[in-house]
Amino acid sequence: MSKDTHQSPPEQGDSGFVRAVEERGSSVVAAAGKGLTPRRSPGPTAVSRAISHPLFAWAVVAMALAMPFINSSAYAIRISTDALIFVMLAVGLNVVVGYCGLLDLGYAAFFAIGAYTSGILATAFDWHIALTLPFVIVAAVIGGLLIGGPTLRLRSDYLAIVTLGFGEIIRITANNLDFTGGPNGIFGIPDFGSFGLRTDIATYWVTAAVVSLAVLASARIGRGRLGRAWRFVREDEDAAEAMGIHTYKIKFAAYITGAIFGGLAGVLFAAHQTAISPMSFNFLWSALILMAVVLGGMGSTPGVVVGALVIALLPELLRGAENWRYLVFGVLLIVVMIFRPQGIWPHRVSEKQSKIEKRRAEEQAKAVPA
Amino acid sequence: MDYFLQLVLNGLFVGSFYGLVALGYSMVYGIIKLLNFAHGDVYMVGAFGGYTLLTFGAGALGGGSLVALVVILVVAMVMTGTLGLVLERIAYRPLRGAPRLSVLITAVGASFALEYGIAVAYGPNPRVYPVGFGNASVTILGARLTVAQLLMMAVAVGLMIALDQLVRRTRTGRAMRAISQDPKACLLMGINVDNVISRTFFIGSALAGAAGVMAGAYYGKVDFLMGFIIGLKAFTAAVIGGIGNLRGAVLGAIVLGLLESFGTAFLGAQWRDVFAFAFLILFLTVRPTGLLGERVTERV
Repeated sequence: MSKDTHQSPPEQGDSGFVRAVEERGSSVVAAAGKGLTPRRSPGPTAVSRAISHPLFAWAVVAMALAMPFINSSAYAIRISTDALIFVMLAVGLNVVVGYCGLLDLGYAAFFAIGAYTSGILATAFDWHIALTLPFVIVAAVIGGLLIGGPTLRLRSDYLAIVTLGFGEIIRITANNLDFTGGPNGIFGIPDFGSFGLRTDIATYWVTAAVVSLAVLASARIGRGRLGRAWRFVREDEDAAEAMGIHTYKIKFAAYITGAIFGGLAGVLFAAHQTAISPMSFNFLWSALILMAVVLGGMGSTPGVVVGALVIALLPELLRGAENWRYLVFGVLLIVVMIFRPQGIWPHRVSEKQSKIEKRRAEEQAKAVPA
Repeated sequence: MDYFLQLVLNGLFVGSFYGLVALGYSMVYGIIKLLNFAHGDVYMVGAFGGYTLLTFGAGALGGGSLVALVVILVVAMVMTGTLGLVLERIAYRPLRGAPRLSVLITAVGASFALEYGIAVAYGPNPRVYPVGFGNASVTILGARLTVAQLLMMAVAVGLMIALDQLVRRTRTGRAMRAISQDPKACLLMGINVDNVISRTFFIGSALAGAAGVMAGAYYGKVDFLMGFIIGLKAFTAAVIGGIGNLRGAVLGAIVLGLLESFGTAFLGAQWRDVFAFAFLILFLTVRPTGLLGERVTERV
């Protein structure tokens, strides 16, 4: 049914009827839509301005590091470590989905690659788990190349379904092979060492430090030149290409960055859990991470961190109602996309004015006679 | 030789299931360029609909007779078709003009909501289908096929031919083909585009529902995640055939069914799904337009 069609540009001086149809027509085709930012995007609210203030970020980091002093019960440490790892995953996926607008539905695959690579190396060769990091990064990049290479050239929705398949391939492969431990997985993975502290608290602090660094790094990349290019590609790929951005390379950069974040989160997960099995990396994970990104606000680092914390900690409050919870998540995804596609804490739309621009604007305002 | 033929027949059988689901994928994609992730779950809801009808309505219809099964099949098709309509109204229509990413995420949400809605309603454990088919079988050139398999293939082929005729011969079909080429011009020509899109969703979902009921009856049990893998496989089939092309979708499904049948024979059943997805990735690399697809240029 698909056919190569050409389209003539709308002529000037059309009748009102034709124009009305044109307008309606453009809203009929889903394919016509581009980008993410709604046409009439609201400015930053008081909440979103407060939340994106640098002081707020440092306060959150300080709070995360001070957590064991507030409540050091084994349960509290365990769920906060889990939540932090989830934050890292959400921030990594935010680079792919939020910044660059590529839908990755198999993000748990990179998480699994990281966890398995470090788990296998650490248990089979008795390595310290920190030594496995370079290999994890290499493995994650290879995974990203294998999937991103062929699909990033195609329409963006192909990427969604291929990554979905990739997530399954990784899980099933881990389930079938011998050196990955089959359905039982790998156990007895060492932690980072205790540094003279309680082991779980030491692991927590290592996790908190790594995750804080990752969050800050992703926020900074997002503000830089590469981040601007990603956003441009997300909003309008053709315009970006016309402006001299190599969209394929840029999309690749986003995908690989996301892969590395996911792989590193996998190392933290392996060290924290000490045992991993294929069941830990099913589609549910990928969907929940996506949920955190969408709920928090695609492209907004503070929003995504808060979204991830909500998604990770909410189940602890709602134990026993698992299926209801996922049903609500599914409905929430639809509702958020229809009524508030920018998420709860949207990224501010305009670039921050530089000091020079600000001064120039003030001078101009002065120069204009009242 | 007998073994070879058996593999071919198995592949054709599995392929006919994939084909029914792939058609809905391909139709929706052809018309509004939407990847309907929830399509596999519509298949699952169809299976559960059939389960419910059989459990509570089988007595009224006179047990597991053939007529009763056909009635249940039709009712389940109408149910899933209506579900497709509602889904399109609630989740997809408000986002017609929205960015593509939003619509994809909504589709994932719809899929999630359907899966766990069923998990809440029926519980997370698999349910056993109240009818099973006997083991009566026929031998074709030394290969064995059960009567049930033959019947299902016949039903699937019948539905496919009906759809092909509908798309090629009727007014609705002509409107569908026209919209897939240029929705704006269709509006100018006085075609009720929203209405035709709704019909497309109805037909696609009804076909998936039929496949769901038949799969439930054939495999004997249903669970709320059964649509996930088949959704992926159907998409693979649609891509192999050239997405948007209906005859291509059926061809792709048959190719995928045969590939899986032979792949399983040589590599073992645990690699079956990996094999299919690896093939999807390979196909997208080598020939993204599929076997029968034409080159689609993106409009700026």
